Amino acid sequence: MKLTGAQMVWESLVREGVTTVFGISGGAVIHLYHALPEYPIHHVLMRHEQAAAHAADGYARATGRVGVCMATSGPGATNLVTGLATAYMDSSPVVAITGQVATPLIGTDAFQEVDITGITLPITKHNYLVTDIHELPTVIREAFYIARTGRPGPVLIDIARDVQAAQAEYVYPEEVYLPGYQIPQEDCQSHVQEMARLINEAQRPVIIAGHGVILAGAEDALLSLAEKAQIPVVTTLLGISSLPETHPLCLGMAGMHGEAYANLALCEADLIVALGSRFDDRLTGPAKHFAPQARIIHVDIDAAEIEKNVRADLAIVGDLRDILPALISLVEERDHTDWLSRIREWRKESAERDILAQELDELFPQYVIRQIWHATQGNITVVSDVGQNQMWEAQYFIHHRRRGLISSGGLGTMGFALPAAIGVQMALPHEQVWVTAGDGGFQMNIQELATVVQEKLPLKIAILNNGYLGMVRQWQQFFFEGRYSGTPLLGPDFARVAEAYGIPGLTVRERSEVMPAIERALATDGPFLMDFRIVQEENVYPMVAPGSSIQQMIRRPLHSKR
Amino acid sequence: MTHTRHTLIALMEDKPGVLNRVSSLFRRRNYNIESLSVGHSETPGISRMTVVVNGDDRVVQQVVKQLSKLINVTHVQDVSNRPTVVRELALIKVRASHGTRSEIMELANVFRAKIVDVGATSLTIEITGTETKVNSLVRLLQPFGIEEMARTGRVAMVRDGASDEGPGTETPF
Ligand SMILES: Cc1ncc(C[n+]2csc(CCOP(=O)(O)OP(=O)(O)O)c2C)c(N)n1
Ligand SMILES: [Mg+2]
Repeated sequence: MKLTGAQMVWESLVREGVTTVFGISGGAVIHLYHALPEYPIHHVLMRHEQAAAHAADGYARATGRVGVCMATSGPGATNLVTGLATAYMDSSPVVAITGQVATPLIGTDAFQEVDITGITLPITKHNYLVTDIHELPTVIREAFYIARTGRPGPVLIDIARDVQAAQAEYVYPEEVYLPGYQIPQEDCQSHVQEMARLINEAQRPVIIAGHGVILAGAEDALLSLAEKAQIPVVTTLLGISSLPETHPLCLGMAGMHGEAYANLALCEADLIVALGSRFDDRLTGPAKHFAPQARIIHVDIDAAEIEKNVRADLAIVGDLRDILPALISLVEERDHTDWLSRIREWRKESAERDILAQELDELFPQYVIRQIWHATQGNITVVSDVGQNQMWEAQYFIHHRRRGLISSGGLGTMGFALPAAIGVQMALPHEQVWVTAGDGGFQMNIQELATVVQEKLPLKIAILNNGYLGMVRQWQQFFFEGRYSGTPLLGPDFARVAEAYGIPGLTVRERSEVMPAIERALATDGPFLMDFRIVQEENVYPMVAPGSSIQQMIRRPLHSKR
Repeated sequence: MTHTRHTLIALMEDKPGVLNRVSSLFRRRNYNIESLSVGHSETPGISRMTVVVNGDDRVVQQVVKQLSKLINVTHVQDVSNRPTVVRELALIKVRASHGTRSEIMELANVFRAKIVDVGATSLTIEITGTETKVNSLVRLLQPFGIEEMARTGRVAMVRDGASDEGPGTETPF
C-alpha cells in the first residue's frame, strides 16, 4: 500500500487504537490536517498548544491509554513544552506529533523553525526527528511502545514537512526492535521473600502508595496486601485513589500538606513499604530526617529511582502487578492493634482541630470542596489545578473512585486543570468530570472554555476565588514577613466570562448558597461554572515548613478560623 | 561513602544526536564528568564511550542507571573495580631550541613517546599511556614551554579473563 507521510501518520495512529487527537494546525502540519478527514479520528481543536498537551495528558491519566497531541513547527511546538514537561514529571503516556520545516531547510533558521527535539530532550522519555519517510512507520510504532511501557512518559515525533508530503510503500512493523530499551522483568522471587520477611517482622509498618500503583493497575493488590497484614497506607498526591479514602486503613495524603497523622505515622514507623513512589521532596522533607526509625523497602519499575533521593534497605525493580500478588501469598495475617489504635488517636486529635468541626459562617474553601463531595457522593473524577486549591481538594474531597483525581504533581503546573479535564471528559464521555481551580491558575488557560463549548463537554467548574496567588501569599505570610509582593490578583467576573463563552455561571458569596449552586450545576445538562468567593486569607494546614522534618508541622491555631 | 573517580564504558547506537542526549543528561543532572571519549566499537552502528566520572558510589550508580535509561544506549558498565587496560593519547607541542632539543627527545624516549613533528622552534610529541604517565611527561615538559596540547581522555577495556570482583590493576606504564 502506497501512502503519503501524512496518511502514514493517521493510519498508524488508527492501528495504535487512537480515536482522539488534541491539536492546533499550522503550515508545517498542513499536510497532516489535509489527510485527517480520511481517517476515523476525532480532532479536538484546542485554543493553545499547551492546552493540547495537557488534554492529551488528562486523556492518558484517565484511561492508561496513550494520549496524542499535535502542533505545528516553531511556536506551536514550543507551546507544547510546559505540557510535555508536566506529563514527563508525572510519568504520563503522551505522544506529541509536531511538524518541522522541510528537510533542506533544517538548520537554516527557516521561518518557524525551532529545534524542538533539542528543546524537549530533557522533558521527554524519548524523541525523534523524522527526515526519511521510510522510517516513519517504525518511529511511530516505537514511540507508542516507549510511551506506554515500563515507566510511561511522553515521546515527541518531529516530522519534516516534505516527509509528510512524500509517498512510499507503507508497512507497519509488528515488532519493535529497541536493543537499548529494557523493561525490567527480572526474577524478583528472592527479593519478594525478603520483603515478606521484613513485613512479617514489622511492628509499625506503613505503606506509601504512589502514582506507580495506579499506573500499574495494582489497586486491588494494594488493597489485599493492606488488609491481609493490616498495614496503614499513606499516599502521595498522585497516589490518591490508589486505595479508597473511605477505607479505614487509608490515612490519606502525607507530606508538606499531608494529614498530620499520616506524617506522624511515617515518622514513627519501623518499616516503610514504598510502592511506585519516587520519594519526592514534597513527601519526604529533607531526606536525611525522613522516617528515622524505619527500614525502607522501595519497589519501583524505574531502577534509577532506587537510592536517588532516599536510602533503601531493600529495593525491588519491577512491575507492581507481578510483585504484589507474589508478595501477598507470603505475607502473614496481622492485626497491628496497638499501632493502628495509636494512629486512630492522632486522627481523632486532627479531627478536633479540623476547620469543618468549627462553627463557621464565612465561605471557607474546605467547606465548598466537602459539599461537592457530599452532593456527588464522590462519584466523579476531579481534575484539580495547582496552589492552595489543589491542597484543599486533596484534603477535603474523599476520593474512593479509581483514577478519581487527576492533578499536576511533579511540575505543579498552574493552568493544568481545565485543559486536562477536556482530555478526561473526551476519554470518559459518560462520567461526571469536575474542575477545581484557583482564580490565578484558571486564568492561565481560561481560553479553553471555548473548546468546552465547541465539544459540548458537560464539565462542572468550581473556582476557589481568593483574589490571591494564594499559595505564594501563604508562604509570604509565614516566611516572608507578610509582605504580599506580587500576589494580590484582580480577577474578572468569572461567571460573566463563562456566559460570554456560552456557559452558564454563578457567583457564590454565602455559605448558604453553596449547596444550591452545586445542585444547579448537577441539574444542568451541559457545562457549568461556579465562582466561589472564598475567605481570602485562609491557609492550608498542616504545613511542613520547607527544610523541616515532616513531623514538625505548622498546625491550624486552635479555636481560630484562620 | 567514597568519593572517587569511576570509569564507565557505554555502548550506544551510532545515530545523530545520541552524543547530545548523553551530554545533556550529564549537564542536567549535575554530574561531575572529568573526561568523555567516543568512537566506533567493533560492531558497526554501535559507538563506544568511555566516561570518567567523579562522585561517591551512590552518584555513580545514578549515572549508570540514568545512562541506561536512554533509549539509544544499549549497555553501560562501571569497570572501576575490574582489571582494565586504560589508555589516553596526547599530542604535545613543546618549545625546543638548539640547546634543549636533545634533552626533550631523551625525555620522550624514557616515556616511550614518539616525536611526530620537528619544527624550527618546536617538537611535537605523541604519547600513549595512563593519565598518570601522560601527566608526568606533561609536568616534565612544562619548563620548556608547552605551546599546544590535545588529550583524548581515557579509553578503557576490561582485561581478558578478568572476573567481576577482581581488584583494579591499573599498571602505570
Ligand atoms: C505556571 C506556574 N506559574 C507559577 C507557579 C507558582 N505558583 C504556585 S501556586 C501559585 C498560586 C496559585 O494561585 P491560584 O491559582 O489563585 O490558587 P490558590 O493558591 O490561590 O488557591 C503560584 C503562582 C506555578 N505553580 N505554575
Ligand atoms: Mg487564588
